[in-house]
Amino acid sequence: MQDVQLLDAIERFLRGEMSPEEMASFEQLRKSNPEVDEKVVEHTMFLQQVDQFADWKNFKSTLHDVHNHLIESGDIKEAPRATVIQIWRKYKRVMAVAASIAGITTLLIAGMATYLNQKKTANDLQKLRGEYKSEIARKANEIKKDVQDRMPKGPENQPVKFNGTGFLVDGKGILVTNEHVVSGSSTVVVQNNKGQEFRSRIIYTNKENDIAFIKIEDADFRSVGPLPYGIRKSSTELGEQLFTLGFPREEIVYNEGYMSAKTGYNGDTLSFQIGVSANPGNSGGPVFNKNGEVIGIINSREKAAEGVVFALTAKNIFRSLEEIKKDTAFQNIRLTLNSSIRSMDRVQQIKKIEEAVFMVKSY
Amino acid sequence: MVQSVKTDSTDEKALLKGLAVNDRKSVETIYKLFYNMVQTLIINNNGSADDARDIFQETVIVLYEKAKSGSFELNCQLKTYVYSVSRRLWLKKLQQQQKYIPNLIGLDETVPVEEEVDNHSLRNSEFQMMEKALLHLGEPCRSLIEAFYLQKKSMTDIASHFGYTNADNAKNQKYKCLMRLRKLFFAELKNNDV
Repeated sequence: MQDVQLLDAIERFLRGEMSPEEMASFEQLRKSNPEVDEKVVEHTMFLQQVDQFADWKNFKSTLHDVHNHLIESGDIKEAPRATVIQIWRKYKRVMAVAASIAGITTLLIAGMATYLNQKKTANDLQKLRGEYKSEIARKANEIKKDVQDRMPKGPENQPVKFNGTGFLVDGKGILVTNEHVVSGSSTVVVQNNKGQEFRSRIIYTNKENDIAFIKIEDADFRSVGPLPYGIRKSSTELGEQLFTLGFPREEIVYNEGYMSAKTGYNGDTLSFQIGVSANPGNSGGPVFNKNGEVIGIINSREKAAEGVVFALTAKNIFRSLEEIKKDTAFQNIRLTLNSSIRSMDRVQQIKKIEEAVFMVKSY
Repeated sequence: MVQSVKTDSTDEKALLKGLAVNDRKSVETIYKLFYNMVQTLIINNNGSADDARDIFQETVIVLYEKAKSGSFELNCQLKTYVYSVSRRLWLKKLQQQQKYIPNLIGLDETVPVEEEVDNHSLRNSEFQMMEKALLHLGEPCRSLIEAFYLQKKSMTDIASHFGYTNADNAKNQKYKCLMRLRKLFFAELKNNDV
């Protein structure tokens, strides 16, 4: 018997569509042939499965229809999700506790932040500008009076308030120094290593970074031409040798040291720590690496510790210059990037550099 | 929260009888009586309106299967029974989603329905296998099978609708399809057992 015929027979048998004679012969076949019987049982079960499936499907579609119908007629409504209210109700107490903990933590953190963020002008830091000692200066000046060019350019009858150091970043007479050296001054005069004075004007100050640009505006000033040193954009490695030039006194003073830490006071990333001795008057002075590149500007030392001096990174110069250049009058300022004194010995380097380092006197 | 619904037992029996034969009116009545209760339960326990619809329909299917089997002896209020089944189904679903389940909030009066719900989910998975098998069957077999076994159309109707020359041809085709479906279904069943 063919499978298809058998299936047909089984279905008709199940539906009761067989005539009595047919039914009898079908029963006979099942009894005599166990293989057929097994097939009948198996298929019967499968058909039941299909039937149930059909019922289930049809019932589901009824449910679906009824649901949509009742929603349309407004007999039932789909409620909006109430999770938030629900969570609120359930976790009220937990939330209250969490909120108070959060509040306390916020207060604590805020408190700690204010405490730790105290400005660098705190008492444990000292700005390295000098109190100008006029008597000593006078004596020194007397010794130098044979220098013909020397003429005082500062205002008469007005004492110098502060002095610091500055250095050229452009041979045409643009100097960089610290903001705190020139802040609050009416007149700024710079003096070179030979004792010559030049009138200058502050063209840019930034209190945040403690950086100031001044321009020499004096007929006696001759452009020094290309600067011997470059200004280094990238950072410096720990332990690198470095040296400074500055005016802690009437004379230019050389000092040697090393890179101590990559960040400044309280982790300030705009500056770094150097191991060098620095004194009032060194503020605004350049810090050079062994190739004679400017890597920073000295600005303060820690009072409580010996030899802990902080310098602003040279990157600050570039950053400030970008702002200065917004003024069209200063668009032609060019920073030197390469140092021409790279392979010279230290004495030769200093000889080249010292012409470009000035004492900054603010009245 | 849930309006109290009182139906006396003769009404309930009639309702179940109607349900057993897929009577639309009975289904509507059940919907009107219990949908809001189930929805409130689901919504209050991390569910959405869609979840509520699914759970309620499952519940009614459980009820339908029970009613159809004829051996259903309701020895509590229908409302309690419906509530218990929905609650059980929802707990199961939450478990499958591996969500943390605190105690479900809502009415606490329930009757044990674990057996029914487990049976139902077993059948449900079988039906889903059948659905899958049908899907894999492809056309025109699927339409043919659906027309005959689901929509219960007569063979002559089907023959004209599907463009067979006579009912016998359609019948032959139908049997061939049915055998393929059987194969697919048992393969699916085997797959799921492993």
